[in-house]
Amino acid sequence: MTLEKEQKKNNLQKVYEVIKTMASKPSGFIGLSILLFHVILAITSPLYVPYDYKAIDPSLMLQAPSSEYWFGTDSLGRDVFTRTILGGRTALTVTFFGSLIALLWGGALGIFCGLVGGKIDDVVMRIIDAFLSIPWILAMLLIVSLLGTTTLVLIPALGFFYGKGIVRVARAATHDVIAKDFIVSARARGHSNLSIIWNEILPNVRDAIMVEGAMRWSWMLLGFSSLSFLGFGVSPPTPDWGLMISNARGLMSFAYWAVLAPIFGLSSLIIGINLTADAFAKALGIDRSTKAPV
Amino acid sequence: MLLLVLKRILLGFITLFIVSLITFSGVEVLPGDACTTYLEREAYGAALEACYERLGLNTPAHERYISWAAGVLQGDFGYSLSGEMRINDVLGPRVKNSMVLASASILIGIPIALLLGIITALWRDKLPDIIISTITIFSMTIPEFISATLLILIVAIWLEWLPGIVIVPTGVSISELLPNIILPVIAISMIMTAHMARMVRSSVIQVMASDYVQMAILKGVPYWKMVFKHVLPNALLPAINVVALTIAWLLGGVVVTEVVFNYPGLGRLVIESISNRDLPVVQALAIILASIYVSINLIADLMTLMLNPRLKSLQIKK
Repeated sequence: MTLEKEQKKNNLQKVYEVIKTMASKPSGFIGLSILLFHVILAITSPLYVPYDYKAIDPSLMLQAPSSEYWFGTDSLGRDVFTRTILGGRTALTVTFFGSLIALLWGGALGIFCGLVGGKIDDVVMRIIDAFLSIPWILAMLLIVSLLGTTTLVLIPALGFFYGKGIVRVARAATHDVIAKDFIVSARARGHSNLSIIWNEILPNVRDAIMVEGAMRWSWMLLGFSSLSFLGFGVSPPTPDWGLMISNARGLMSFAYWAVLAPIFGLSSLIIGINLTADAFAKALGIDRSTKAPV
Repeated sequence: MLLLVLKRILLGFITLFIVSLITFSGVEVLPGDACTTYLEREAYGAALEACYERLGLNTPAHERYISWAAGVLQGDFGYSLSGEMRINDVLGPRVKNSMVLASASILIGIPIALLLGIITALWRDKLPDIIISTITIFSMTIPEFISATLLILIVAIWLEWLPGIVIVPTGVSISELLPNIILPVIAISMIMTAHMARMVRSSVIQVMASDYVQMAILKGVPYWKMVFKHVLPNALLPAINVVALTIAWLLGGVVVTEVVFNYPGLGRLVIESISNRDLPVVQALAIILASIYVSINLIADLMTLMLNPRLKSLQIKK
């Protein structure tokens, strides 16, 4: 009991230390602050939005930014500021749960493959390679166009497609660990496979998998907003940055504000997540810079 | 050596075979088939039967797969759903247009990426590195559709230097296409260059820290001679594979960029065929894009093999 408590305390301390290391560098600090800002904004923004995000008013069409409408209005007379501060909510939720799913199935399958090796491993890796060679956008578009664009489709589909790269990373990390002495001795002590995975392998591959998951989060956000931009993501009138950019694009020669506000929102969130993921990798001592974004 | 090359090529074909199985069964398993999605509300009775008859969908799945795959192996993708057109005729000009776009981006992107990567690595943590690295982080993280939209807004609308949207028919000649592709090429090569420059940077830094470079410094080899003779050849080799993977990964981004610029390439065809639920075309596109991916990787693998004597002997020993 006491041992378990101590373990928990150590874990918390480790988390605290990792965050401290991340924030000690300017890029990590900026990333964490942007991410925190966006998360807080996404949670609290419905409490203080100035206007209704779906109130259409033709008389207020394409108004330039003013003290009343800070970021102007769009082609349907909706307040751009309102829609911009609400625009990250769907993206953050979908991609957060999506990367969680990617992390779980990718990590589990990767560890399994690394552990069993042999024929099963070969076959699974062939299939993963094949999936990797289908451009994500084609596969996602196909799934979404046949199954619909609800979050219940988007989350597992994104989770599946961004998890296959994690399989490779988890497998490679498991391969590195599996030949080590402590695994051999755990086997010699007669531990079950499950116990070896949980107590010996997982703590050693966890960092690599988590860093990979954090990286996937930013790519998935990119993928999700690309889908929205192409008209295959969330459906209107839901405020979403990708969708807002695509709608306002046609009129941007005279209403640039309607396109710049969501661009700023989305870019800052993606940069924030990226910097955070980079700092996270560095704090855990993992060098990702020589890896391709697969 | 030859055996190894043949093995790699065979593996590539196996990957493509699995891709064809995945796309075929994916379309099969997902609810709705080509006819019900195409006919929508009229999908019942005689019309549905006729459509099944026309596309040969009333034969069992494995027979259809075999006849489809046999066609693909002979370079025939069959007929598209909407226009009753041969898919080959639809694809031909699109493939050419996309190739023009992609090769221009790669030809411009790779030299710049090498230069930036080497500069940032040699002046690591100094002013040039800080400036270039910051810019690369921005251009690699911002989605293609945002950088493309911003390019149109700034260069085409505010400065009025270049046309913002490509308005040429699909089958134009390359010389007519050229002035139109400047902005799309900038948009694509920007993100590609950023990714590659980052990899070259860390690869060069790794080699610079190695024993033989230290040895060369101690031996008194002049700095630039050391950089060009000892560092670069060793640093760029491992980068080839990563660069190939990056190019292949960016194929997805090319789709989005083509849509933003209204460019008549494969990417826009992806969107068009999916919006029209033209599943035969989608299948053809999946195979084509996957073969591009597989061949880029294959070329990279073979290049690394040929250029690296150490890896060659290592692999043979295995």
